[in-house]
Amino acid sequence: MKLFVNGKEIEVPAAAMEKRIVEFLREDLDLTGAKNACDIGACGACTILVNDEPSRICIKLVKDFAGQRILTIEGMAAPDGTLHPLQQAFVDCGAIQCGYCTPGMVLTAHAFLLKHPRPTRGEIRAAIFKNLCRCTGYQQIIDAVEQAAPHYQNRK
Amino acid sequence: MSKPEAKCWRNDAHAKVTGRAKFTDDLKFVNVLHAAPAYSGLVHARILSIDTGAAEKVPGVVRVLTAKDVPGVNRFGQIIRDMRIFADDKIRYDGDVVAMVIAETREIAIQAALLVRTNAEPLPAVLDPEAAMLPEAPLVHENHGSNIVNTHVVRRGDVAEGFKQADFILEEKFQTQTIEHAYMETEAAICVPRSTDGVIEVYGSMQHPFSTRRFVAACLGVTLAEIEVIGTPMGGGFGGKDDTAAIVCARTALAAKLLGRPVKLVYRREWSMRESYKRHPYRVHYKMGVTNAGRITAVQCRIVADGGAYCSVTPWVTWRSTVQCCGPYVVEHVQCDTFGVYTNNVVAGAMRGFGSPQMNFVIEQMVEVAAQRAGLSGIEFRRRNLVRQGSVTITGQKLDGHTVAMEQVLNAVLKEIDYETKLKRCAHGRGETDELYGIGLAMSYRGVSLGAEGVDFCAAIINAQADGSILLETGIHENGQGSDSAMSLICAAELGVDLNRIRYRRASTSNIPDSGTTVASRGTIMGGGAVTLAARELKAKIAAAFCKQLGCAADEVRFKDDFIWGRADGARIAFGDAMRQMWQLQQFPFTFATFRAPRVSWDEHTGQGDAYFTWVYGCQAVELTVNKKTGKVKLLNAVAAHDVGRAVNPEMVRGQIYGGMAMSAGYALHEEVKATAGKMTTLNLNTYRIPRSTDVPKMKVILVENPDPVSPTGAKSIGEPANELLAPAIANAIFHATGRRHCSLPIRLGALPEPTACAEGCQ
Repeated sequence: MKLFVNGKEIEVPAAAMEKRIVEFLREDLDLTGAKNACDIGACGACTILVNDEPSRICIKLVKDFAGQRILTIEGMAAPDGTLHPLQQAFVDCGAIQCGYCTPGMVLTAHAFLLKHPRPTRGEIRAAIFKNLCRCTGYQQIIDAVEQAAPHYQNRK
Repeated sequence: MSKPEAKCWRNDAHAKVTGRAKFTDDLKFVNVLHAAPAYSGLVHARILSIDTGAAEKVPGVVRVLTAKDVPGVNRFGQIIRDMRIFADDKIRYDGDVVAMVIAETREIAIQAALLVRTNAEPLPAVLDPEAAMLPEAPLVHENHGSNIVNTHVVRRGDVAEGFKQADFILEEKFQTQTIEHAYMETEAAICVPRSTDGVIEVYGSMQHPFSTRRFVAACLGVTLAEIEVIGTPMGGGFGGKDDTAAIVCARTALAAKLLGRPVKLVYRREWSMRESYKRHPYRVHYKMGVTNAGRITAVQCRIVADGGAYCSVTPWVTWRSTVQCCGPYVVEHVQCDTFGVYTNNVVAGAMRGFGSPQMNFVIEQMVEVAAQRAGLSGIEFRRRNLVRQGSVTITGQKLDGHTVAMEQVLNAVLKEIDYETKLKRCAHGRGETDELYGIGLAMSYRGVSLGAEGVDFCAAIINAQADGSILLETGIHENGQGSDSAMSLICAAELGVDLNRIRYRRASTSNIPDSGTTVASRGTIMGGGAVTLAARELKAKIAAAFCKQLGCAADEVRFKDDFIWGRADGARIAFGDAMRQMWQLQQFPFTFATFRAPRVSWDEHTGQGDAYFTWVYGCQAVELTVNKKTGKVKLLNAVAAHDVGRAVNPEMVRGQIYGGMAMSAGYALHEEVKATAGKMTTLNLNTYRIPRSTDVPKMKVILVENPDPVSPTGAKSIGEPANELLAPAIANAIFHATGRRHCSLPIRLGALPEPTACAEGCQ
């Protein structure tokens, strides 16, 4: 079985098929950006994108993702390390405090902006409502998503 | 690292936004063992024996530890040593840990922990704090002799006389709920025995590396120098990663020491919610005497705080409630009696706000009730009573050492939200649509840092290198709030150097002296103070070394734009060149400085004294609607104004305030730790509901800056002040929307009754 993680093809050993994918990514691939904060799919800290759709992976198994295209937070920046405009907006707007929800939040917002490049603040608020953050009150996260939106408008 | 010219600067933002920041659970060590705690399933019981046999037989289990395996001290506590590393004599609450299983994998440890059996004689549980205070109540701690952990008083003037002067007396009972910090990262620790010298390295999620080290060393029976607690990125604390986080580290360190291998213990959310201490639920009986002219003549109040099974910091939390029991109002006659109480409920300890959110919920509603009765607006009533420059607080402290900005922040909020205009639009239970509109506000003052709670001093080290780069370190801990960045900004500004020269050194208890815990909104004022003093000392050293070369006296040397300057003729040396020359001069551009909090005083018998060395002032207002049919509250807009002294990193200060307001909205409307017969039922984030993006309103923050003379940077505090006001503001707004007061938290509204004919008629 194969996974496509951040543009790379990964051959999954048979023994890992029944593993939870959050553990496979974190332990076997050392992609620790996805956090396991609740174990029941309630908080969004483990969110990754599967074919550009947000997925809460703490409750899913590796075999559920056969042949799927996965994007984790580690795959967002350019290969030379330049931040994606959405990541840069998070940095510049003060959207990061403890940073534990940040990877899931960035990926959820990325998936949203890919589909809705001209959102209102209300739509942004609704788009991230499944991702919990205890530090920021969400305001600067919404600022960041709004600030990054123009980049998505000019993509195609 | 973000660009210094961006509107917000954090030294860890790049690592966090790319997923490279390594939190405790992300760290990897070879040959690591995994641990899991075992609970008893009991609430109050005398332990007869703990049966670990079945767990030990599970393949992959390496060892099961209980209290018998603790070589040092099993009991600890910052005030009373009543908490246990492992339960020994009794089970006192649902979260008591009786054993810990260490296994080759986490899954095995978790499964085996379920097999640990506690044989115990059940005892009647004491779950009501008022009942716990009665003489016939079963004792939670027999050797304490009573379930009353502590008492505090304020005795000012003569309340009988004060009530005589009043035209009317208001009396009301309030109740607040237990809430959970709900930091996104649960408690976690990895402890690694260092092969070279036997030191145990502790990596963990805690906001108090030094007290963690104290507890770990005591538990292991070793010296402080044999434990090194190493700062690790932390996924939120909010006051919650103090005692419980220390025990988690101590148990893990014990396993690592006994087994000679790295051991990792990462808490499941259910363990964290069950075991970690919470915000105290309060019961408050409040009596206020008021004149028809709108002056508060007297306050009498009785506060009962349910501290749960162990003392933790209950005496300190309730002390702040006592000192601030009248809010930011001048009252001549005050009698306050406060009790911290043991029960068999979940332990209560430090949480952001630390005894003020409960009291502000009471006070800020009482003043509005009093205003209404006196025929005044809530704002006018507040103006007639609030503290001003030179006012004397209820503990006899004269507020004259700093700018008393109470009215300034109130005015800022009123203007920004257009309060007076919008107040007239409030529905008061009647509206043409189902959505009833209301606006409300609350204000407070707050003593900064620890006050008379304890020893308050902090260290900083600046170590400039021969190439002009700078290593900076303080005893303050990065909890996610951005303290490392604030310290770096303060250092760069004081030295007049480019921020990019500075690297904040990873904190370690083996590098810098014990500077206390990073709590009480003391990070910026204490750590920043120490950094400023260290930077000034470094400048004095550099000035002495180069004044001759610059053609001026040492005290004429200036530091600006990455250069060291002489008098006006333009003589200057680049900072980097100066550092290289100092090396050649055999001088270290290295300084260590200590900032000590100014003296405070307290008389425990009268409750009088200069409780805190300075104060901050805040005001928050909120607009909302309440749906008549469903009772659903929708927060629309909120405004906050806080005097922070000086905003070191303004966008991060705003972030603290936004986050504090959101958390306070959760306190008002959603959050409650629930239990049945002492057993917790809200064990994860699906049943414990913290605010989502769609629950919080649009927010606006006004930063008021009156630099404080006692703070070397001018900066004061914001973490907690931000978190103690929105709940009472929401309660007041709900009153203005519905015409109904709510004296218990969280506020739960069902369908509202139709206004009665009488109410219409009386209008």
